[in-house]
Amino acid sequence: MTLTSPQFKDNARAALADAQLQRALSKGLGFVERRRLAAERLPEFEALRDAARDIKNHTLAHLDLYLEAYEARVTAAGGKLHYAVTAEEARAIILDICRKASARTVTKGKTMIAEEIGLNDFLEQNGIQPVETDLGEYLIQIRHEMPSHIIAPAIHLNKDQVEADFRRVHTHLPKDRNLDEPATLLAEARGVLRERFLAADVGITGANFLVAETGTSIIVTNEGNGDLTQTLPKVHIVLATIEKLVPTLEDVSTLLRVLARSATGQDMSVYTTLSTGPRRPDDPDGPSEYHVVILDNGRSSMLGGEFADILRCIRCGACMNYCPVFNAIGGHAYGWVYPGPMGAVLTPALIGVDKGGHLPNASMFCGRCEEVCPVRIPLPRMMRSWRAREFERHLSPATVRGGLKFWAFFAKRPALYGVATALASRVLWLFGRSSGRFRRLPFATGWTRHRDFSAPQGATFQAQWRRRK
Amino acid sequence: MAPPGKRVGLLVTCLVDLMRPAVGFAAVKLLEDAGCTVEVPRQSCCGQPAFNSGDRATARSLAEQVIATFEPYDYVVVPSGSCGGQVRVHYPELFHGDPNWHPRAERFAVKTYELISFLTDVLGVSKISARYAGTATYHDSCSSLREMDVRAQPRRLLAGVEGLTLAELPDADVCCGFGGTFCVKYPDISNAIVTKKAEAVAATGADTLLAGDLGCLMNIAGKLQRSGRRVAVRHVAEVLAGMADGPAIGEPEPKRAAP
Amino acid sequence: MAARDLIFGSIRRSLGVSGKEATRRKTVSDRLAQHPAGIVPARGQLAAKDRLALFRTMVEAANGSVEEIADAGDVPSAVAALLRAHNLPMAVKRGADPGLGALPWERERTLEVSVGPSDGKDLVAVSHAFGAAAESGTLLLVSGPDNPTTLNFLPDTHIVVIDAKDVAGDYETLWRRLREKFGDGLMPRTVNFITGPSRSADIEQTLILGAHGPRRLHVMVVGESE
Repeated sequence: MTLTSPQFKDNARAALADAQLQRALSKGLGFVERRRLAAERLPEFEALRDAARDIKNHTLAHLDLYLEAYEARVTAAGGKLHYAVTAEEARAIILDICRKASARTVTKGKTMIAEEIGLNDFLEQNGIQPVETDLGEYLIQIRHEMPSHIIAPAIHLNKDQVEADFRRVHTHLPKDRNLDEPATLLAEARGVLRERFLAADVGITGANFLVAETGTSIIVTNEGNGDLTQTLPKVHIVLATIEKLVPTLEDVSTLLRVLARSATGQDMSVYTTLSTGPRRPDDPDGPSEYHVVILDNGRSSMLGGEFADILRCIRCGACMNYCPVFNAIGGHAYGWVYPGPMGAVLTPALIGVDKGGHLPNASMFCGRCEEVCPVRIPLPRMMRSWRAREFERHLSPATVRGGLKFWAFFAKRPALYGVATALASRVLWLFGRSSGRFRRLPFATGWTRHRDFSAPQGATFQAQWRRRK
Repeated sequence: MAPPGKRVGLLVTCLVDLMRPAVGFAAVKLLEDAGCTVEVPRQSCCGQPAFNSGDRATARSLAEQVIATFEPYDYVVVPSGSCGGQVRVHYPELFHGDPNWHPRAERFAVKTYELISFLTDVLGVSKISARYAGTATYHDSCSSLREMDVRAQPRRLLAGVEGLTLAELPDADVCCGFGGTFCVKYPDISNAIVTKKAEAVAATGADTLLAGDLGCLMNIAGKLQRSGRRVAVRHVAEVLAGMADGPAIGEPEPKRAAP
Repeated sequence: MAARDLIFGSIRRSLGVSGKEATRRKTVSDRLAQHPAGIVPARGQLAAKDRLALFRTMVEAANGSVEEIADAGDVPSAVAALLRAHNLPMAVKRGADPGLGALPWERERTLEVSVGPSDGKDLVAVSHAFGAAAESGTLLLVSGPDNPTTLNFLPDTHIVVIDAKDVAGDYETLWRRLREKFGDGLMPRTVNFITGPSRSADIEQTLILGAHGPRRLHVMVVGESE
């Protein structure tokens, strides 16, 4: 998948002009209202958010030790742990496991990490067919698109688009079949994917959590696709990054209690599945091999630093559900795997602020994201930290730096500032007094393209104040 | 009633200073009526534009300037949640780890208040004797809401204004799309957001829009006017001070001789 | 093992630790050994009868159905009645669960009961839950020959039998019971927490049941709570 974050402004413009997308976005992410209701129904919700934040902070502060404990438990349960520093290493490990299993098709539960490392394209290039099974992920896979939201990846599509895609791809089905309703579309997807589930040689899932106490990987879904992915094939591969670690099952309960509520307003997702090792000798079903690929890909360098707090993210999607910018442009405009406020903080960390710099800049710092984050990540603060990094490295556009320098010269000299503002006020007033506003203003076209600019009142407050006293 | 002799330094904000001094005079009247003595030391800017652009050095210089200028006052009052938030929340952050400035910034932050909440929460003002004939709707600026804890206070005071009907704005707590430099850096996205806000305002049927931050007000006013909607936009202080008879934001002055 | 060393080295450098610090090691081993419970919502802390009522409310809110059956012996006829009500063929698959095995299935002579995992062709499965949490109407099922995991996902209708006394208020009670059964730090291959039937809202945010897993989840709460 190509990275287009540097073209964020173009992406955003295209998104705003895309009537189909705007219709889909305005249908609304009803998640906002549902989260509010779910939180209201649980008196302990705010205290649980604090506890969730504390569990994540504690784990990150002791990550090396919890990872050691986890490793011991996974191995004792008959699982095989593989470490990967980079995306390339992770892909190679997974390919190796698939080759040893003579895999032709691989079913996939939803995993953002697989997107991050470009796994699907890589497997295809190596003659292995990956099949996305999360319905939203399947819908975008057949369109060769990236997900546009971390928990509702196909939120940007309407049912006509889905129907067109199904007719194009499911060529073995009768051409005259009715696909008018979401229910019939779902039934068709269920049938097509059921066959894939049963035929797959390897199943790859992500992990919402890795539990150190028991060597367990946890996935959270509503569809049950993750379960079919990991139960039916003979090999189950879990792909997860190091910050997914959680100490104990009791810690998992706390995180689960804030996860679904923050994401969709459900008290619990339909399926929360704990997997530990391969099938046991007596088990009549389940995979005979269980592999966990633990990936770093830059996370270890973030620990203890300015951006460490983003490692608490549990991928609920609340921040983007509440973000006015995300709701205006959708997820694709962000140009990579992670959209919305958490994407604005994580993307520059993973791909560099030189490529991902637009994301933390395209924020009003309205603070809604931080307000709803279940693990209280200070997202606006970290976006501002990225802006400071850019400024230090002279990565901000020259016009911005120049403008700031000019303004700062005056602001640091209040007497001179008073003179300059008195002049500006007078000039703008003279030009604007008859109508009270400007429809066009030479240095402010960004503003006046879409809005009128009100004219000042002729003399500054401070000048008038000093005249009166 | 205010304790006698409370000296307030008014941090007027660069937008009010340059674009709409009437708000500053309304703030002074409200504070004086509540028993404060108000002074306006020579000032420029709280430094928020530099801070949000990542220029920490300039933000710190301006913060030091503001702190030194306003430290002598009992209270620092700001007719803006945004600039108030910069002082109260972000000044201590700016001087994190600085043994000299951090304590000063902390002490300074705790005596800095947004105007309306200062009147209600510190001075105990519960009723305003102003009149305003019309239906007003109120927009919560993001910083007022999330940094300065201002939500019920302006509504409470507006409820006591004779003749004024308050129409609640749906999604009042959703950003208007101003965001300081955001609106000129990403104008198309800002426009999409302010369009929604302007539609929501128009849909209330109110003839007046009020808020506590001039940036938001200018942004929404500009959109309302560009889309031909007739809603008078004012800072809430103007109505509460009974000084809402001058031109609203973006409206011309009545014809008269040059000042 | 190069990658492993690199990752541990990087983590330790970032945290400014060697990994050998005694206090840190003790903190971690204590937490793992003691697994202290965090905040347990008051919601599920109810007397048994009220817990069952809450459980029922929550399962129904998640689009499942609940039936209370006083006498376990009546389960087979309840199963048969459900199949008839939904015009389903009189055939179910179950695991080797002894509790299910002891039920008088022979009373329903038209009902075909087979035992084993699902191959995808079964329309109805019957499982016996290990426990449930009333706080969210969540069932807990454990893998193994007694209740094969495939029965939870492949069939269209899933009937889950749970003993009333096994309906707990909260997840913490369930963790304790799992540890009692499997041992500290040990788990079976799969533990499923199930809350309602499978669903998706991926097409125009329209909620539809039966995305990949069962379209219908029916819970039979059997016996007295205490």
